[in-house]
Amino acid sequence: MSITISNISKSYKNVKALQDISFEVKENELFGLIGPDGAGKTTLFRILTTLLIANEGTATVAGFDVISDYKMIRNSVGYMPGKFSLYQDLTVEENLNFFATIFGTTIEENYDLIKDIYVQIEPFKDRRAGKLSGGMKQKLALCCALIHKPKVLFLDEPTTGVDPVSRKEFWDMLKRLQQKGITILVSTPYMDEAALCDRIALIQAGKILEIDTPKAIVKHYSKPIYNVRANNMYQLINSLNDYEYNHSVYPFGEFVHYTDKRADFNQKELKMYLETKNLTDIEIEKTIATIEDTFMELAK
Amino acid sequence: MKIILYIIQKEFKQIFRNKGMLPIIFVLPLLQLVILSNAATFEVKNIKFGYIDNDHTSTSRTLVEKFNASTYFDVLTDFPSEGLASSSMLNGEVDVVLEIPQYFERDLQKEKYNSLGITINAIDGAAAGVENVYVTQIVQNFNQNLKVDLLQVSDKQIQPITIETIPLFWYNETLNYKTFMVPGILVLLVTMITLFLSGMNIVREKEIGTLEQINVTPIKKSQFIIGKLFPFWVIGIGLLTIGLIIAKLIFDVPMVGSLVLMYFYTSIYILVILGIGLFISNFTDTQQQAMFIAWFFTVIFILMSGLFTPIESMPEWAQILTEFNPIKYFVEVMRMVMLKGSSFIDVLPQIIKTFLFAFIMNGLAVWSYKKTT
Repeated sequence: MSITISNISKSYKNVKALQDISFEVKENELFGLIGPDGAGKTTLFRILTTLLIANEGTATVAGFDVISDYKMIRNSVGYMPGKFSLYQDLTVEENLNFFATIFGTTIEENYDLIKDIYVQIEPFKDRRAGKLSGGMKQKLALCCALIHKPKVLFLDEPTTGVDPVSRKEFWDMLKRLQQKGITILVSTPYMDEAALCDRIALIQAGKILEIDTPKAIVKHYSKPIYNVRANNMYQLINSLNDYEYNHSVYPFGEFVHYTDKRADFNQKELKMYLETKNLTDIEIEKTIATIEDTFMELAK
Repeated sequence: MKIILYIIQKEFKQIFRNKGMLPIIFVLPLLQLVILSNAATFEVKNIKFGYIDNDHTSTSRTLVEKFNASTYFDVLTDFPSEGLASSSMLNGEVDVVLEIPQYFERDLQKEKYNSLGITINAIDGAAAGVENVYVTQIVQNFNQNLKVDLLQVSDKQIQPITIETIPLFWYNETLNYKTFMVPGILVLLVTMITLFLSGMNIVREKEIGTLEQINVTPIKKSQFIIGKLFPFWVIGIGLLTIGLIIAKLIFDVPMVGSLVLMYFYTSIYILVILGIGLFISNFTDTQQQAMFIAWFFTVIFILMSGLFTPIESMPEWAQILTEFNPIKYFVEVMRMVMLKGSSFIDVLPQIIKTFLFAFIMNGLAVWSYKKTT
């Protein structure tokens, strides 16, 4: 096991950030921690990277206890905090050199590990980190977190505030790193990224809702789900919310995801109801549940 | 060791790339030294002087002439009446008004006694005291001369014996105020710059989030702290050097004592300041907070250091408090060594106390650093 977490609880004064969290991450796994802002993802990361001590419970990372062997953990993990935190007034190369030196290594020694990523930012190696674009900064931060060849990599919301193209590139990079034998624990508020993980844990308000592979999690969603569309989105949501048989109504892109309480749901009946609400161009069709639907259902 | 060297190198790079900070480190302190040493003086000069001469005789004119001849007084106005003189003082146009009574000369000759009216604007009590001394000196001097003029031959036998005192001003023979102030101002700028910079420095890493990144690395806290603070130790010593050169070149302050001793003391002293800086940065989250707290302590330390006002004239409780003020010892040592040529043994008590402060402050700082992160 690369990471084991058992019965971890942490509270800040009156706020319970984590409540009795337990799960395991296997060797060489890409594990996603999915949850909205304030769910406790960062707190968990800080406990695992030895920055914070839990109130209760134990955890090990790469076989070392987070409290008694914290020094060993610091040698063998890479951590990329959500906020870009490198020296803005040092150049790309100086930043990388700095982190290599304090880990007692050199860029050359582990160059093959970061090569794929570093070649993309190498043309700007004499530029100050503060002057890089968002995607570049993120690549540099990843390089800095990898420079000492960590066994476990912690990425706290690495793609928040990054454009869709860079996001996709970033996930491709993670996949390649995984192939090089690095265990990756990544947190994200984006449900679409969850599907790219080997396994995911859905977390909300300091509690784990569900842990499984993305495919299995979707299967947990038993109710048939419908895409509904009409000419007026706002009125559509209001009307569906007023509908007496509705089970859940969530806007989802250009559609509204709708589920019904009844087993013998009839699409025509709903269409007729919506027409009485002066909606036109109504479309109703069955669709497949996504992780987001599962999350919303579980979080209910 | 390699890691410490690398952090030091990184720190210097960051200091020299900070375009806003660089002039603050090197130019402002020197401006401060040049301006403050010239301006912060307790010498009372250019006293605005007015008089009301109700006598209009040669004696009264001689008296006014005495004031005119003095370099301290600017004789401005001859007021025709007391009322005009008071309203002029109310407006702040004159500081001192001398009133010579009617029949001044005649009464003086007849009764060998007379009195003059002196009004001094005493909003600034210290200045008023000094002005009083100047006025008394001039009047006394005038009195002496007058005696000689008025004495008749028969009185010669009963001439009183006068005792004259001739003071010798040791260590600062000409009572040059700059000689006294420059070593003190030098202390001020070494202290301020090193305290502010070190106080803000680690907070800055906290603010931009790199401290968290550093904490996940295997780097030891001692390595990190030494690496971060050493550059400011160097800057402090550098400032002392530049300050000493300016003191010699521009102000020609005598440097009687050993430079080695001055540097030795300063190197310990800066450790105290860096300890305070680190301590402050452990309890603050932003550079602004750190700056504010650093300011607060510097102002108290400086005003209670004996730099501007003598410690001996403070109330007893304040004198006890100054025992815990590192700046006080630095000011003492600089003045003792530079002006008096004190040796190592003479400043040993100060060295021991400063060393103790350095030990305690850095101990507290490192202890609190561990606790808060």
